[in-house]
Amino acid sequence: MSKSLSQLVSSKAVAEVELWISKYPAEQKQSAVMAALRIVQDENGGYLNRELMDGVAGFLDMPFIAVYEVASFYSMYEHNPVGKYKICVCNSISCMINGSEKIIDYLEKKFGIGVGEVTKDGRFSIKEVECLGACVGAPMMMIGKEYYEDLTPEKIDIIIDGLK
Amino acid sequence: MVNEVCFKNIDKDKAWKLDVYQSTGGYNVLKKILQEKTDPATIIDELKTSVLRGRGGAGFPTGLKWSFMRRDDPGQKYIVCNSDEGEPGTCKDRDILRYNPHALIEGMIIAGYTIGASVGYNYIRGEFWQPYERCEEAIEEARAAGLLGKNIFGSGFDFELHSHLGAGAYICGEETALLESIEGKKGQPRFKPPFPASYGLYGKPTTINNTESLASVPEILSRGGQWFLDIGKPNNGGSKLFSVSGHVNKPGNFEVPMGMPFSELLEMAGGVRHGRRLKAVIPGGSSVPILPGEIMMDTNMDYDSITEAGSLLGSGAVIIMDDLTCMVSVLANLSHFYMSESCGQCTPCREGTGWLSRVVHRIEHGEGRMEDLDMLFDVAVKMGGNYYEREGGRTICALGDAASMPVLSFLKHFRKEFEYHIEHKKCMVARY
Ligand SMILES: Cc1cc2nc3c(=O)[nH]c(=O)nc-3n(C[C@H](O)[C@H](O)[C@H](O)COP(=O)(O)O)c2cc1C
Ligand code: FES
Repeated sequence: MSKSLSQLVSSKAVAEVELWISKYPAEQKQSAVMAALRIVQDENGGYLNRELMDGVAGFLDMPFIAVYEVASFYSMYEHNPVGKYKICVCNSISCMINGSEKIIDYLEKKFGIGVGEVTKDGRFSIKEVECLGACVGAPMMMIGKEYYEDLTPEKIDIIIDGLK
Repeated sequence: MVNEVCFKNIDKDKAWKLDVYQSTGGYNVLKKILQEKTDPATIIDELKTSVLRGRGGAGFPTGLKWSFMRRDDPGQKYIVCNSDEGEPGTCKDRDILRYNPHALIEGMIIAGYTIGASVGYNYIRGEFWQPYERCEEAIEEARAAGLLGKNIFGSGFDFELHSHLGAGAYICGEETALLESIEGKKGQPRFKPPFPASYGLYGKPTTINNTESLASVPEILSRGGQWFLDIGKPNNGGSKLFSVSGHVNKPGNFEVPMGMPFSELLEMAGGVRHGRRLKAVIPGGSSVPILPGEIMMDTNMDYDSITEAGSLLGSGAVIIMDDLTCMVSVLANLSHFYMSESCGQCTPCREGTGWLSRVVHRIEHGEGRMEDLDMLFDVAVKMGGNYYEREGGRTICALGDAASMPVLSFLKHFRKEFEYHIEHKKCMVARY
């Protein structure tokens, strides 16, 4: 028997999921699965695990497999630990022709890790992502929920220093 | 005539607030429609007059789309806004969400009234957290002011609006994948027919429009369809948001009349950076055929002119490349994108995007063979049809076409650079 969602996450998180469920028709609870996965992922330090996905499935009356499918289809869900600050660098066309590769190189050197890795202290990880819809601010990146545009190495240093 | 419609208040302080929106006449036309119980057919006629064409990429006339809904049939219907904005180069809807969310809300309520839908969803891509919060605030403001909810303006019309957040998947911008996604599933496009107007969200009749299309509706209806049409040119009504990115001095979103010469738009964006020569332009988002700079300099920014020039207006994302850009590396980047974003449902697209990406990659890295160029052509045509023969793709949705058009157009206009790469195992130009 897998654990219920309320045994796995805070009551605040459960309440948030409930709020999302209320946006959809009563018989369409499954519509809240994307929000639910995001909420439990945020609470779990940025990544999902089997127990959490099963908890979401139970809460939304969904087959486990239907939740795994969603959790593996969308790129914002993580299945391995990420940094406290997950740095997502856009590498699509407008950013690429404006030097996104140099931005990625700079971050890799700065943190001594490669794309897909986490720093030893668990604070930072780097991910390459596709166009984030901020192309006129290329090159750009997202850290957590925040966008940072028109990047230069100097600007990156200031941004990173500003993180707690 | 810049910033006439969606960007009307863009320079105002806190442009996104309800009082700012109302200070320039916001929600007046909604009030008029609801209180006078305007005949929905009149609204549709006005939109047809305006020749507002869908701003999501396909350019389908919005008035005509709304007319497909059988308003008086019983049962739930939905209006869905597509704020998934994921086509590389495109970032205009983000600015509507951030700076003019009330125009979108008013547009969605009017759409709901016109097509007989009492519930709307705005599908916002998951990475747009700040724009999402802006929209949530605006929805709260509207609800508190009685603009959303029951019995709006005492008219007896009820309308509820919710945001739905995506979680990273370009394919969810395709309208039926988007519906699947709201239903809590993988974003895999549906077969059409049935079209969403008969079988949409939760199997109910649904209209899906792009953010810019919906946010344009209030201004069109308050100033008249003819006014909007006259901003642009026949068959290409209105102004349009263009996201100008790449090698320009002042990249940005510009709302300008349809039909503006490309050269003027380029000037608004500060011209090509460092005074370099314009080499190539992708005029409508990463999916559309690339055009050499010289052709673009003689082209106007509207659907018909760009089609005539050999490409598509698409989402209005104008990507500018200077003469130091290596076309092989650009195509490698685009092809990689489509490979990553194919939903995997149709074999031609799942396998074809992988082939295209791997072959262009190997050419870029000096491992290409001359036969590769014919193979690229062959795979692109078998998957996405031949754009130049006006032939459509062989897949459920247009992602296959979207992956194919760049390949065919790069080979058409820049084949020499590919041959050079293969022969000399390096770039013809300095690369980025
Ligand atoms: C692969 C693919 C991605 C798409 N992405 C978007 C998108 O991000 N935003 C959008 O509005 N339309 C997108 N579209 C077009 C939609 O399917 C649809 O035509 C549009 O939302 C309809 O609205 P409109 O008529 O107002 O343009 C995409 C289409 C395809 C095939
Ligand atoms: S290409 Fe980087 S944000 Fe669009």
